[in-house]
Amino acid sequence: MSEAAPKPILEVENLGIDYKIGTEWKTAIRDVSFTIDRQETFGLVGESGCGKTTVAMAIMHYLPRNGRVSSGSIRLAGRDLVDLSPNELRDVRVNQISMVYQNPSTALNPSIRIGAQVADVFELMGVPKDERSQRVIDILAKVQIADPARVVGRYPHQLSGGMLQRVVIAMAIASEPTLLVLDEPTTGLDATVEAEVLDLVSNLRDDIGTSVLYISHSLAVIRRMCDRVGVLYAGRLMAEGAAEAVFTDPRHPYTVGLLRSLPSSEIGRDEATLDTIPGFLPPLGADIKGCVYADRCAIAEDICRDVEPDLKPLTGNRFSRCHFPDRAPDLPRAVAAEPPVRQTETEPLVEISNVSKTFIQDGHPVYALNGIDLTIHVGETVALVGESGSGKTTLAKVLLGIDAPDEGSVITLSGEELAAEVRDRGQEDVGAVQMVFQNPDSALNRRHSVRRIIGRAVRLLRGVGRKPSDERTRDLLAEVRMGMEYYNAKPRHLSGGLKQRVAIARAFAGSPALVVCDEPTSALDVSVQAAIINLLAELQAEENVAYLFISHDLNVVRYLADRVAVMYLGRLMEVGPAKRVFGGPHHPYTEALLSAAPDLQEGARIRLEGEIPSASEPPPGCMFQTRCPRKIGEICETIEPDLVETEAGYSIRCHIPVAELGRLQATRV
Amino acid sequence: MSRYVLRRIGLALITLLLLSMLVFIGTQLLPGDVARRVLGPFATAEAVEALNARLGTDRPLVVQYVDWVGSALQGDLGQSITFSRPVTELLGRALVNSAKLATVAFVIVVPLALAGGVVAALRRGKLTDRIITVGGLSATVIPEFVSGIVLIIVFAIILDWFPSTATPPEGAGFLTQVHSLILPAIPLVLVLFGYIARITRAGVIEAIDADYTRTAILKGLPRGRVIRRDVLRNALLPTIAVIASQVGYLIGGLVVVEVLFSYQGIGRLIFDASQKKDFPLLAGGVLVIGVAFQVSMLLADLAYSWLNPRIRVGAKS
Repeated sequence: MSEAAPKPILEVENLGIDYKIGTEWKTAIRDVSFTIDRQETFGLVGESGCGKTTVAMAIMHYLPRNGRVSSGSIRLAGRDLVDLSPNELRDVRVNQISMVYQNPSTALNPSIRIGAQVADVFELMGVPKDERSQRVIDILAKVQIADPARVVGRYPHQLSGGMLQRVVIAMAIASEPTLLVLDEPTTGLDATVEAEVLDLVSNLRDDIGTSVLYISHSLAVIRRMCDRVGVLYAGRLMAEGAAEAVFTDPRHPYTVGLLRSLPSSEIGRDEATLDTIPGFLPPLGADIKGCVYADRCAIAEDICRDVEPDLKPLTGNRFSRCHFPDRAPDLPRAVAAEPPVRQTETEPLVEISNVSKTFIQDGHPVYALNGIDLTIHVGETVALVGESGSGKTTLAKVLLGIDAPDEGSVITLSGEELAAEVRDRGQEDVGAVQMVFQNPDSALNRRHSVRRIIGRAVRLLRGVGRKPSDERTRDLLAEVRMGMEYYNAKPRHLSGGLKQRVAIARAFAGSPALVVCDEPTSALDVSVQAAIINLLAELQAEENVAYLFISHDLNVVRYLADRVAVMYLGRLMEVGPAKRVFGGPHHPYTEALLSAAPDLQEGARIRLEGEIPSASEPPPGCMFQTRCPRKIGEICETIEPDLVETEAGYSIRCHIPVAELGRLQATRV
Repeated sequence: MSRYVLRRIGLALITLLLLSMLVFIGTQLLPGDVARRVLGPFATAEAVEALNARLGTDRPLVVQYVDWVGSALQGDLGQSITFSRPVTELLGRALVNSAKLATVAFVIVVPLALAGGVVAALRRGKLTDRIITVGGLSATVIPEFVSGIVLIIVFAIILDWFPSTATPPEGAGFLTQVHSLILPAIPLVLVLFGYIARITRAGVIEAIDADYTRTAILKGLPRGRVIRRDVLRNALLPTIAVIASQVGYLIGGLVVVEVLFSYQGIGRLIFDASQKKDFPLLAGGVLVIGVAFQVSMLLADLAYSWLNPRIRVGAKS
């Protein structure tokens, strides 16, 4: 029945891109080819530095000033995009390709109202002036912005990240483009917002019938959104094929390694360690004779180091750039699966009772924390989850003594009351409660060496002189599995994962009893994240330290946490053993968070309407009633439920009885 | 927004109050016996006492200060000792002259420096950029007395295109006045050009590299429009504050140029007052320049906040 197959919308052929570093051109992308069919969604996935965004920017004809397309072609609907005149290029951008960017808060002009920025697109399309404002409102409504007539008069700084991304998406789809390029459109957004944006993109894609190039570091998001995927590594396409096949039956050791680094919902930290990918991405422009992945590959043989494999077709319409694709699934583990053995104690370590924190902002109180009661036991991991604005970081700061809580709040450490502010705490107390931050780049002094960064913490927290501090610094480096070659290195010589190890070593300088980890892996790639999580688990087993682990990644939480505390608008909504909180019946808010989390498995989702309310004007009744999909009526709007312990060690703040929640939630799965 | 304006004005008033104290201490107190300083070491004790009594400098300090500030608020800065005329009258005339010179300098330098900065940014790394940035920086470090003398020799004496004195003849028309002010304005232009151009260049480059400019270009907007609307609009915002902050310098810092071109501006008046130990005139002059500084900074801040929606419209609502 079919004659010639329909031509693909986008054809990228043997694309090569170089960057000029100093005076030398270095290859960033080599020989990348892929096609995207009409209405197809193609995903490019890979870790940072693999060249995903470079490919996208080459398609948009917007490489950085030091970048150039050195070979190959990019054709959109048969038209070569590499050699366009400026006017042709504008025409393509207006009518055929649009892009949605990673950081919506900087993607819009801060000094022009939303309406005018969206109206540009219609003006460029040739829509008459008197129709534009209606078209703007229509398109904003289409991306599900409530009250678009009001939003057009706003400036970008008055909208949340999720709203801004909707505006950017609205601009991108206004011309019903042939190709939509999405570059990490949900990275940095809350999981609940991410879920909404992903749903929106899927619906619009089906609605206007556009082809999509979707770029992300997140395997779960790519898996959910894409028909076909390509896996990039060091500027090469290593594997390509139907998303289903690539992710469920990977045939490249790199893909296998990536998938194994992801914490899954089935296995916990006491069952097995996470597998990792050893080694590092080769530097830009490195001269590699054989396979670019050979150095890190456990099944590499001599041929791999000498001859670069082709992207070979395999069964099931997929490709792998590997000499031994059939051996990939049996890749040996990089780290032993044996989990570290932990001591089991149940002694309380930190008791947080009735902790509140009210900030005064422009003369109005902002209730960031409200009556928090939480106990952290010796050697256990308590995860703190909730959307941004729920108060997680405020609680961490109060614990660390950076912010003093309100009167009447009490925090005890091993039974002794902790001073509210860190400057009033003794050396021992300061050393006992330490912190690992989200971004190791900004947490380490760039001018200091590793030795000085850790050594200073040792001297301050242990009150020892230089010599014993050097000794302890060396021990700490060994503890975070870093070799002595890094002893005098500066942070700029270290990768993100190594920097985070230094930050962890610093936190352990004073033999802490509790380490607060604020999103310690969210800035890291999955394979590095796995290694850091393994390290945290090992250190916990060795030192019997407790963690307060703040994370938005529920898969990581599920893997690492013993207990979970769910926060919303400064309140604890649900606290209990991780198995119990994740297993359900859950609080309706937890239920929504769980269903928003992207997972490699597909499942029906609960949508959370709207955004977290402002902590300066909390709603009456239950904090969650304005967005709760399970609201039962007036009682939710008028009376705030108490946090009630319904079974030993498990508490929930909801008017709906647990049994009833269980019945409601059972129908979903 | 109005809360911000009120707070800003309040801060300006406090600054001026502190300045008035410093000025008073610096000019009226530190010289010690005012009359002795004025009359010199050979004057008789009686004459000194009489002058002190006439000037009121024999009273307690606090009384003197309150009296001085009280009068100043009513527009009376006392009598000049050397000119025997009201200080306000002398300062008023000099201030008008200084403002004229500053205006001419501003009208020349602002468009030039903005254009230079924008062009340099758009041609980043190219020869034009180097010429503008290096040239501007070199010009900035030439002292006014060097460039001024060279200008006088070349354009006033050899070429005779401009008068060598900036003071126009009595009753001169507008164009003659402007003509005589161009030459003295050029050293100021040289000093300011590099500075303003550099700030402009930095702002424009930041805006060109900004994500929102990428969005605008990838929407398919024409380059000219992206530069006008997305780049300049955001880039010139900080530049405005920088330009306005130079008003004070242009009004009060021109001693060298005014002396060189024998121009009766406020800088020169203060210079003369300090040489002749005319303390009331000196104090009044410094205070007036302080006010000029404060007012220009205040206007700059208000203009900045009015043009910046983040401040004007406030946060999320």
